[in-house]
Amino acid sequence: MSDSRAVEPWIRRSANRKLDRILVTPEGVPLNVTVAAAGARVGALLLDIVIIIGLILLVTLIGGGLLWAFGLALDGGLDNASGPLQFLAVLWIIAVFLFRNAYFLYFELGDRAATWGKRAVGIRVAARDGGRLTAEAVIARNIVRDIELFLPLIFLTSGEASGTLTDLTAVAGFLWVLMFLLFPLFNRDRLRGGDVIAGTWVIQNVKKNLGNIVAPAAAESGTEGAAPIARYQFSDDDLAVYGEYELQTLENVLRSDQDEALQKVAASICQKIGWEPGSGDERAFLEAYYTALRARLERSMRFGKRRKDKHSVPE
Amino acid sequence: MSSEQVLGAAVLRSDRFRLEREADWIRLEAIVTEMEKGKARRLSDEDVLALPTLYRTLLSSLSIARENSLDAGLIDYLEGLALRSYFLVYGTQTSFARWLGSFFGGGWSRAVRAIRFDIGIALFVMIAGAAIGYILVAGNSDWFYALVPGDFSDVRVPGASEEALRGTLFGGQKGDGLGVFAAFLFSNNAQVAILAFALGFAFAIPSILLLIHNMALLGAMLWVFAQRGLTVDFVGWLSIHGTTELFAILLAGAAGIHVGRSIAFPGARSHLKAASDAGKRAALVMVGVIIMLICAGLLEGFARQLIDNTAGRFGVGGGMLLLWLIYFLGFGRDRRRPGA
Repeated sequence: MSDSRAVEPWIRRSANRKLDRILVTPEGVPLNVTVAAAGARVGALLLDIVIIIGLILLVTLIGGGLLWAFGLALDGGLDNASGPLQFLAVLWIIAVFLFRNAYFLYFELGDRAATWGKRAVGIRVAARDGGRLTAEAVIARNIVRDIELFLPLIFLTSGEASGTLTDLTAVAGFLWVLMFLLFPLFNRDRLRGGDVIAGTWVIQNVKKNLGNIVAPAAAESGTEGAAPIARYQFSDDDLAVYGEYELQTLENVLRSDQDEALQKVAASICQKIGWEPGSGDERAFLEAYYTALRARLERSMRFGKRRKDKHSVPE
Repeated sequence: MSSEQVLGAAVLRSDRFRLEREADWIRLEAIVTEMEKGKARRLSDEDVLALPTLYRTLLSSLSIARENSLDAGLIDYLEGLALRSYFLVYGTQTSFARWLGSFFGGGWSRAVRAIRFDIGIALFVMIAGAAIGYILVAGNSDWFYALVPGDFSDVRVPGASEEALRGTLFGGQKGDGLGVFAAFLFSNNAQVAILAFALGFAFAIPSILLLIHNMALLGAMLWVFAQRGLTVDFVGWLSIHGTTELFAILLAGAAGIHVGRSIAFPGARSHLKAASDAGKRAALVMVGVIIMLICAGLLEGFARQLIDNTAGRFGVGGGMLLLWLIYFLGFGRDRRRPGA
């Protein structure tokens, strides 16, 4: 099944092919997705940790400020202020617990299914089976984060601080961190432990703008009547030299609209089809050639014949 | 041939296809962009209602474009927009409040009942752990120091006088600092429970070891108090919050065992599918566990210090246990989707 799909022409081939996947929507339409690279995951996580630490510091500062204000108001040092002091301590403990555990939950349950860190690097959480991302899945993947990350960190830092950390436990703790941190590198889909348990994965966001029509002058000439495009008439042989790959290269050249590239490509096409290269009118020539080539390729495509590139044999 | 080519060159059929539909795509893109920014409320009712239709139209446009158009930029755009709107149409659509409603309205108790076999295993392990702790310390009281961490026990050691032990159970604490203590206990216990669950990932064995270790500590402590004839008072002191807290730890351990067992023995499903099915069920239980631990922390921080007699403590502890059992056994049963 995956073999027959592998030859479908719409499958995207990105720079790192190992991360290309196909996600089938409940409607049965397959979509190209790209699994987030390990580097992006690490970057997002580091950002999130910085943000969490920042939030905790902020709450601590606000608490400290309030305490200071209380001290001034009561004018009696902290002995008299034990009531508010306790209240603040309770709030602080709860706030830290919430930041540690609810930060990820809150953001991954939102419409973008991504924390601030993930948004910054352009990745998001999704259900692996193409279905709905459920609240249970988000909870499950984040509860496991505790043993993957926070617990070893706390273990290392508190052990260091209290001096109870012997060499052996340090090594064991380090291996423990390593085992879970490197887990995503040992499977194709870059799943961490929490993703395995929750049935989720992390994929890249895509945001593409709708470009203009590739050859607007050619399109207008049909409605307006007389246009420079009409000057060019290509024979079947002129168009038979290229396939879809070359068409798309030409599309990129036309979309980027760089004079230098236009001249170069126009010259090489002229050489290929044995025309005399003109000058000053490259864009009109290329648009005309593009439109004619695309019309030809699309026509045979509708009959089920596709031509990948110039090397593939025309049928 | 040449006349057809002129027509084709004039306006490509695939470009016409695009021009006819692009208004819908642009409208969908605008809706999706607003929703992604979290400004869904600004959208008009028509736009919100149109989203699923526009999304399905887009998918069909994409399928047609893949077969008919060689405009790579257009297909990329359609792919990207299809994925973005797919995530919104099939996103986490329950609001947090509605999810919470269905959770308390039966989702939680159903999840607990679904893992009853694992609760049985965890219960057995915990009882065995307590018994092991008791028997070990009874055999040789040096075991106590191996089981109980130093800072924890202070006066509660083998050979302590009855007065000293009674002092830790009754009176003792002033009203001060109770709130802080409760919050600290909650945060601490919640992390232990999360640990018990999360360790289930490694085939449940660490979860079981953790349960045994914690209960052996309890068993050892029980022996110390039993030596001075304070068994009933100790159990009362423990039960006021312990029925809730131990129940929560039992559920957390059971959730861990459930996940580990599914990974080790997935049955007919694939390992990954089994793990994610079990993980989602266990996650529901774990949210409940954290709620129970909040209750336990409050009971431990306030009620235990305020109710200073054994009978009252048994009353509160037993009452809480009864409440939990009624909820887990009776709630959300044999009703169709009580949350919906």
